[in-house]
Formats: sequence, C-alpha cells, structure tokens
Amino acid sequence: MLGTGILRGLKETARNVIGSFREKDRLPTVMYPEETVKTKENFRTFPFLVYDGDHAMPGLRCVSCRICEKECPPQCIFIIQERDENNKAVKHPRVFDIDFSVCMQCGICAEVCPFDAIKMDNIYELAGEDRFTGLLVDKHRLAKSNHYYHQIKPTEANEVDGRLAEDKRKAEEAAKAKAAAAAAKAAPPPTAAT
Amino acid sequence: MESAEQLRDRLLAAFPEARVEVLANPAPVAQHSLIIGATHAVQIATLLRDDPDLAFDYASNVTGVDRPDQEIKEKVTVKETVDGEEKEVTKEVTRTEPGYLEAVYHLYSMAKRHGPVILRLRTENRTDKVTLPSLTPVWRSCEFQEREIYDLFGIVFEDHPDLRRLLMWDDFEGHPMRKDYVEPDDYEWEPTPHDAVLIKAKRPADGEEAAPLAP
Amino acid sequence: MIPGVSIEEKTDPLQGQILEVSMGPHHPSTHGVFRMDVKLDGERIVSLKPVFGYLHRNHEKIAEDVSYLGSIPYTDRLDYLCSLTNNWAYCLAVEKLSGFEIPERAEYIRVIVGELTRLVNHTCLMGFFVQDLGAMGTPLMYAFREREKILDLFEGLTGARMMCNYMRFGGVRCDLPVGWIDEVKKVIAAFPRFLDEFESLLTQNEILIARAQGVGVLSKELAINAGITGPCLRASGVGHDLRKVDAYSIYSRFDFKVPIGAHGDCYDRFMIRLLEMRESLKILDQAIAALPSGQIIDPKAKSRGLRPKAGEAYGRIEAPKGELGFYLISEGGPSPYRYRVRPPSLINLTVLEDMCLGGTVADAIATLGSIDIVLGEVDR
Repeated sequence: MLGTGILRGLKETARNVIGSFREKDRLPTVMYPEETVKTKENFRTFPFLVYDGDHAMPGLRCVSCRICEKECPPQCIFIIQERDENNKAVKHPRVFDIDFSVCMQCGICAEVCPFDAIKMDNIYELAGEDRFTGLLVDKHRLAKSNHYYHQIKPTEANEVDGRLAEDKRKAEEAAKAKAAAAAAKAAPPPTAAT
Repeated sequence: MESAEQLRDRLLAAFPEARVEVLANPAPVAQHSLIIGATHAVQIATLLRDDPDLAFDYASNVTGVDRPDQEIKEKVTVKETVDGEEKEVTKEVTRTEPGYLEAVYHLYSMAKRHGPVILRLRTENRTDKVTLPSLTPVWRSCEFQEREIYDLFGIVFEDHPDLRRLLMWDDFEGHPMRKDYVEPDDYEWEPTPHDAVLIKAKRPADGEEAAPLAP
Repeated sequence: MIPGVSIEEKTDPLQGQILEVSMGPHHPSTHGVFRMDVKLDGERIVSLKPVFGYLHRNHEKIAEDVSYLGSIPYTDRLDYLCSLTNNWAYCLAVEKLSGFEIPERAEYIRVIVGELTRLVNHTCLMGFFVQDLGAMGTPLMYAFREREKILDLFEGLTGARMMCNYMRFGGVRCDLPVGWIDEVKKVIAAFPRFLDEFESLLTQNEILIARAQGVGVLSKELAINAGITGPCLRASGVGHDLRKVDAYSIYSRFDFKVPIGAHGDCYDRFMIRLLEMRESLKILDQAIAALPSGQIIDPKAKSRGLRPKAGEAYGRIEAPKGELGFYLISEGGPSPYRYRVRPPSLINLTVLEDMCLGGTVADAIATLGSIDIVLGEVDR
C-alpha cells in the first residue's frame, strides 16, 4: 500500500528520537565548547620540541640535524644551526620555526627524528588573528617539557624514555670500556709478582 | 595469460608491417610492456579487445610520460692521423638522444580476468610532431584520461570526440606535467621560504627592498 | 541576464528555447567544487558536460618532487573520506616496485582498517545520496553518527580521524594500541543494528523508490567499456571486484560475497552499498578472529630515503569508490620519475552524460549522487 514505506521510516525516526533520551549511543554529541570529548592518546595535531630538565632552551633534545626539515612534505620547518664564537657548529638550533599554517599534521617529522626530539602535540584550539606571525611558531613556543609529553602520551613517552635510558647506558658502557682500554694501554704492563 | 613476447608474435602475425616491441621492466613485479607504432595502434587495440582469447575489454589506466631530450656524453675511440702518424685518440662526444612523449595504456580483461597488458605509444618528438591516434573509440574509459594527457602533457589525440583541456582552464598556456615546465613567477610572501622560494624571497623587487625573512 | 545562463533560439520559435545552465561549482548537490554545463529543453537534459579542475593542485607533480615517504600524507588528501585505502594502494604500488614482503599481522591490520574505511565511505555516501534527493538532514545525521564511531577508532589507532597517514612500505606505521581490537569488536557488533534501521528507514520509502528506480540506468556493456569500477559497475550486473579478481593482500582467505545489481539504476547503486557493508562486516569478523601476532613491518623495508631500482609498477586495489591504481616509474632516484593516480571517481564520471540524457535536472542530481565522487580525487 502506498505510504507504508514512509510509515516504516517514521517508526525508525521515532525510535531514534525516543532512544536519544535513553541511550548514549543514539546521542553522541556534546555541548562544545562547554563540554569537550577527551581525545585519544594517539591523537596528533602539531609538532612540539621536547626538552629534558627544568629549563627549556638548554634542555632541548634537538641537535639541529635537519632531518625533519628535509623530510617534511610541505616544508613547514625552518632550522638554522647555532654557532659558537669561533663559528663552529653547535648541536643546538639557533632558529627552529614551524609554520602552522602550512603544517599538515602528518607526523613524519616525529617519525624520522632519530633523537626523539620532536613529538606530536594534541592541542587543537589554535585559531589566531594573524595568518603569518600568529601561526609561525618559534622554538620558545614549541619547547615543551618531557613532563608534559608524559601527561599527554604516557605510553609513548615511557617507551621513549626507556629507549633513551638504554642508549645512554650503552654509551656510558662503551665510554667506560674505551677509557679502561686506554688506561690499560697507558699503564705499564703488569709484571709478575715477586 | 600470454607473455609479452607471445603477445608480440601474435600481433606481428596479424599485422606484419606494424611496429611491436617488447620493453622489459626490471622491477620485481615484471610488468613488461609493448611499444606500439602509431599507425596500427587502433587496429591493434581493436584486436586486443575483440579477440575471444585476449578479450581486453577494459582499459584501466591511461597516462602520459615525458622523456625530454637527453644529452649523453660518451667516450669514443677514433683513429686519427696526427703528424703523419696514426694514433688512437679517445674523445668525449656529446650526443643528444631525442626526447618523446609517451601514452601508456594498462589493459585488463574483465571477462577473462587477466592482465595487465601495457601498451606504449610514442610521439616522434616533443615539439611539433605530438600526434597520436586516440583509443577512445575502442575503450570509452580513455576519454577523460586522454583529455588529461592532452592537458598536462600536450599529446594531441586524433579522432578524440571531445579534445579539450580537462583540469586546467582553457586559456592556460603550457603543459604542467612536462619535465621542462617552468611555473609562473608569482612569489607570494611567506614566513618560512625554502629552496626555490627562498631565492625568490631574497630577490629584491623593482625599486623595493628585499622581502623580510625569518631571522 | 543571469551569469552562467544562456539562451539559444531554436529554428522553430514555437518549439521554445534551449536553455544552457551552469550547475555548480558551488551547488550543494555537486559534493564539492564541480560544475556541469547542462543544456535543457524544458526540464529535459539534452547535453551535459562535466567541468573539472577547481580543486586541481597537481598532486602528481608534487609527488615527483618529494620523497616516496613524503607522498603518503598527500595521498590521504585524494579521496579524503578513505585515506587508509589511498595509503594502501600507494604502498602496494611501491611494494611491487621494490619487492618488499608484508608480514602477516600487517596484512591483517590493513584488511581491518581497509574494510572499516569501506564502511565509513558507504555510510557517508548513503547519507549524502538521500540528502541530494531531498531527505534533508535526518538520514545523513544517522549515517554520520555511525561514521563518527569508526573515525574514533581511526583516531585511536593512527592519531588522526581522516588524514590517517598510517601505512608504510612493507607494513604499517605502528602496532594496535592496547584494547583497540575490543573497541572495534564493539563497534562492528553494533553496526548491523544501524544497517537494519537504515534499511527500514529508506529502502521501502516510496519517495526514494520513485526518485531512484529506473533513473540513470547504465548498461553492462557501456559500464565495462567505459572503465566504470566499484559499486557502480557491480550495480550494472558485472561481478568484478578486485578483492576477488586480483585477490591482493590476503583477501583470498576470507569468505565473502560480491553483491551484483540487476538494473544498473540509482536504486541498485544505493542498495549495492548497503549489501557491501554487510559483507565488509563479515570480513572484519573473520579478520579479527584470525589476527596473528608478530611483526608489523618488513625489516628489509625502509621508508626514509627509499630509492627503488629503475623500473615501473602498477598497483591497484578495490577502494570503496572503485579501482584505485597507482602507476610509478622509478629511475633510481629519491622520488618517482612518474607518479600517476588512477582516480576511480574521475573515470566513473565518464558516463555521467549518457546516464543523464533525456532525464530531468532532478534525475541528474540523483545520478551524480549515486556515482559517489569526491572532488579531491577527481581533480587531484
């Protein structure tokens, strides 16, 4: 009979209207901005620079190797290496800018960084007034502590910390072994006890 | 499915005066292709589609490839007479390998479920002799893709029902996918210039100061 | 004089005039910036020429400048509803070019996220299609509600809801987070209820039937010859699904059917998607049950600084919209010499004029909606 299909459809609509008062599943929206949905741990938006310790600039993990700058698909990273008074390169960025108006949040910089220095943040309310300077973020605004990293991404941060500690331990062991070898070489050959 | 060599022999048996060559593909997937002469392309395509054993009823992917002129430097040993003595002299000779534009067709068979057969049609050069026969009358799926090649590479397809630019606008000049395409010189200020944009950014405009750069 | 509208006098003035209308590029039913030059005789369409290029950014040229790895985020932005299948097709082509092997677990993860993507795409399409027919809002919002749940899964796994950038050459980027599979199970267990409700909401609706049945008919022969792929082809009665034909990845291990339509009209194209989602759910159940543990990426494969040996490869997969292919030519350099996307949306539009001729303007909108295009992929 003509109209039965529409009536069946209306039954579904009624089911959803009534259901939206009773089931969370049928009404998943929240009243943004008063309420927000908690983002997932893996959620990524823009990159930030991780620093260790309490002071941002000396603690930056970035050694200014510029791998992320080369790999960044839209080329939104801009790095100039620090130089000391003798014009010798220092493992520290003098300029580290990311243009958030160009960044497409792909996460390739964090993926290719061999020093775990750049990671993906999860902030998303970033509207600015100025397209250029407002969204061009320098190293001071990019630097965030390892503590913050642990807060937003505990699983990943713990994994990274474990890996870094392991690397450090290995480096120390290697240095010790090297020092011991050097000491053994420098010391006179042991003579038989008399 | 027949190998590329078998297919070549079959096509040569049907059209003895046609040009059919196998181009080997060294990649692990080994999808070899057939280079087809333009004069018999439509006949060969029709045969590939209508032959009950081959039944390539579906042209999946049609695309262009640009191969610019290549300068090849070679060392050639020539015998020369210097001061009445015959000597072998090694000379460096520069030879220009002429470039061409190429249309590549990936054919599959929906009826027989085999493929791909890859056809390559080459133009004589990249400037004035850029005409190839259109295979749209054989496979309708080539219609937009050949228009795209005409638009981005500049191959002119004869007998195409509606050969207009597809993606670029009608007044656009040039063919953007060609390797030697020079993009228009329209620099817009940006805070983090790189590479080519950086050069443009450092270049002072007429009577103006150079654009300010990030420190 | 209205811009975009021109009037052509017929030879016999009593026959009226041919009206040329420019539909789009900002028409809500064109799913983006897409324009159709339509010539109308009264309400009937006598000519329809699609005009593309409003979203053209020459993705292929960009890919010739960036590294192989750097192209993956750009493929996300082709068909932005199905970024994961785009990643997959591109990675498949690169794997064919360089001969990487994909570990079992990565294959299973790819199938799971690929089929979830199919669910996302088809739910969206069905919502948009009925919205084009005039069912403003309600069905689309129901569809979006379900899609949202799957996007949450993508967010948990890949970090992004739409631009996932998840697959890598020889595997996937990261392993499944703890508890992710349980969430997937929950979502796909609840999904059939949505499909049932959506079906009873719409499939017998008299308005939908009147607007979609017998409209935009595409014959089997023309569909094959014009290279139509995906649900549009199967609605015309051709059982061609690359998951069965090529059996790429591990699709030969799953038990699923390929739904085939009988009439090739808009209604069939709508129903095919509904049925395909049920088959996708079957695949998902099987894949989750059989998910092995182990590596997620080929240890030989490298993503950064990949330089495949000279050669070429064409890899194709059954994306939700049809056959998505990537054709790569390598000359041994850090970026491809030639990079080509075979966009199913663009090629499915080849027959738009044939399907719309003789119909009314409203039929053209229904036909365009049932083809399922995304302009990011059409224009590239």
